[in-house]
Amino acid sequence: MRDLHLNPKLYEKDIEQEAIRSGFGRGLVAAGRKDERVVALCADLTESTHMDGFAKEFPDRFVDVGVAEQNLVTAAAGMALAGKIPFVSSYAAFSPGRNWEQIRTTICLNETNVKIVGSHAGVSVGPDGATHQMLEDIALMRVLPRMRVVVPCDSIEAEKATIALAVEGAAYIRLAREKTPVVTTKETPFDLDEALVLREGADVTIIACGPMVYQALMAAELLSSEGIEAEVINCAVIKPLDERAILASVRKTRLVITAEEAQAAAGLGGTIAELLGEHEPLPLLRVGMQDRFGESGKPAELMAYFHLTAPYIAEHARKLLGMKARPRVAAKR
Amino acid sequence: MTTSELEELANTIRQDIIKMLVEAGSGHSAGPLGMADVFTALYFVVLKHDPKNPDWAERDRLILSNGHIVPVRYATMARAGYFPVEELMTLRKFGSRLQGHPERTRLPGLETTSGPLGSGLSQASGIAKAWQMDGIRDRWVYCAMSDGEQDEGNTWEAAMFAAKYKLANLIAITDRNNIQISGPTEQVMPLENLREKWEAFGWHVIEIDGHNFTQIIDACHFAKTIENQPVMIIAHTIPGKGVDFMEYDFHWHGKPPNAEEARKALNELRTLGGRIESEHQ
Repeated sequence: MRDLHLNPKLYEKDIEQEAIRSGFGRGLVAAGRKDERVVALCADLTESTHMDGFAKEFPDRFVDVGVAEQNLVTAAAGMALAGKIPFVSSYAAFSPGRNWEQIRTTICLNETNVKIVGSHAGVSVGPDGATHQMLEDIALMRVLPRMRVVVPCDSIEAEKATIALAVEGAAYIRLAREKTPVVTTKETPFDLDEALVLREGADVTIIACGPMVYQALMAAELLSSEGIEAEVINCAVIKPLDERAILASVRKTRLVITAEEAQAAAGLGGTIAELLGEHEPLPLLRVGMQDRFGESGKPAELMAYFHLTAPYIAEHARKLLGMKARPRVAAKR
Repeated sequence: MTTSELEELANTIRQDIIKMLVEAGSGHSAGPLGMADVFTALYFVVLKHDPKNPDWAERDRLILSNGHIVPVRYATMARAGYFPVEELMTLRKFGSRLQGHPERTRLPGLETTSGPLGSGLSQASGIAKAWQMDGIRDRWVYCAMSDGEQDEGNTWEAAMFAAKYKLANLIAITDRNNIQISGPTEQVMPLENLREKWEAFGWHVIEIDGHNFTQIIDACHFAKTIENQPVMIIAHTIPGKGVDFMEYDFHWHGKPPNAEEARKALNELRTLGGRIESEHQ
């Protein structure tokens, strides 16, 4: 396995923590320095979506549209038509939550080069409650033709993804509010066309995105102590999906788990279910939100309550291994 | 081009619209006929553009927000030399570049994709904002929009945005024909006082007769002299203009004429001999 330069403290208790959105903020400034066509638009949430760094360094290339998410994306589409590379940010619940049709018509069908940044996604938003805990954004964005969907696993990956996205084409990037463990390092490879196998194993494949990548790795560590070796894939780019990497892994392990902090239906879980259904029908369990809304609470409390944790992923793996033992599935190998 | 030449051209474009719609068997009649004079004035007098080089970077931009009136744009573009007039008969047919609602990527010269209402003004504002960032002052973005689509909140988000950033290179033209698909605008969702609304939002407003070429052209030229403010031209038009049985009747918003109705309409347009305005004064 090639050296992925993951955080050396990955399995230690004092692993560094940083909010994924902070990485986006740094990436946007870097992208702005690299290409003067990069502009930023925000809907009155400049600080919390971490666009403030860009706004400070490039005040003439920053636009605040006020609390107006429909105009946020449509004005950006216009700017893209005039040659700019706009990044637009708000909370994911509002953008793409509120302005989906405008994204469909003026960005996807219209082929404009706009990057939609959805911050504060998932139940880990915490006390703000269900209205602000966006869970359907992956589903909403991945169903759109011409839309790329990126869910970085940590702040460093978010920084790299932001810089990488400042090219041609519409894209959605999903960010989280809370500080989460930093899984990767500056040296870890990142490619918009690649799903990275972060940990190898022959017994079960865990495909995760966003902050759930860390939980998947912890689950693998837990399982390893029981003699079960899980393969963990960081599926940061949900669309276009790196089908080759995923199929190679599941053909080896023949058991699959997905893990995301979003509705599993039509989210990463749905994406993988579609792939497996067409190419490699294998037992699959999807960790994620199961057709319900979140609620107020502390982030960790909510993640535990909604079963978005390493122990729960591990439990699923054990359940699946029981299924693997059944003769019908075993005979297929 | 003289006013009578423009009137004659607009009459030809109205005939094109009728022929296109009857051939397509679906589409909108009232709006395209009502805006034929404005589009003729824009393409043949006002806009800085080059039909042989539709991607010319320095061209003015014409955004069509209410995409359903696109037959008037297609017909005017064809008459201006963007593509052969015969291609107009492919409107709404499989494989055509002339989609039922305009798609930017299919036909050179279209600036945006539109149909879902209320998003054109935002895109026009975004273009003006990008030019402002680049210090471009000698280029104009026009946004043709309907009155009915101003029911959409997106329109007013754009109105605030354009005023905030003092987008003086933005000139919007409202087709104030007082109808929308299911009835008169003032019954479906009252818009008045429309002028005061736009003024309250920080725009400079000009009201004109949308069938008077001198007024249309003068308003566009005057709009360019307004500094630090976007301009809204409220063009009072007659829906279905030029075809007696369609005029003022909201039932013609969203349907095409049948063969017999088209024959009558074409006959009426032809006999006007291009003197559209005087005929109805």
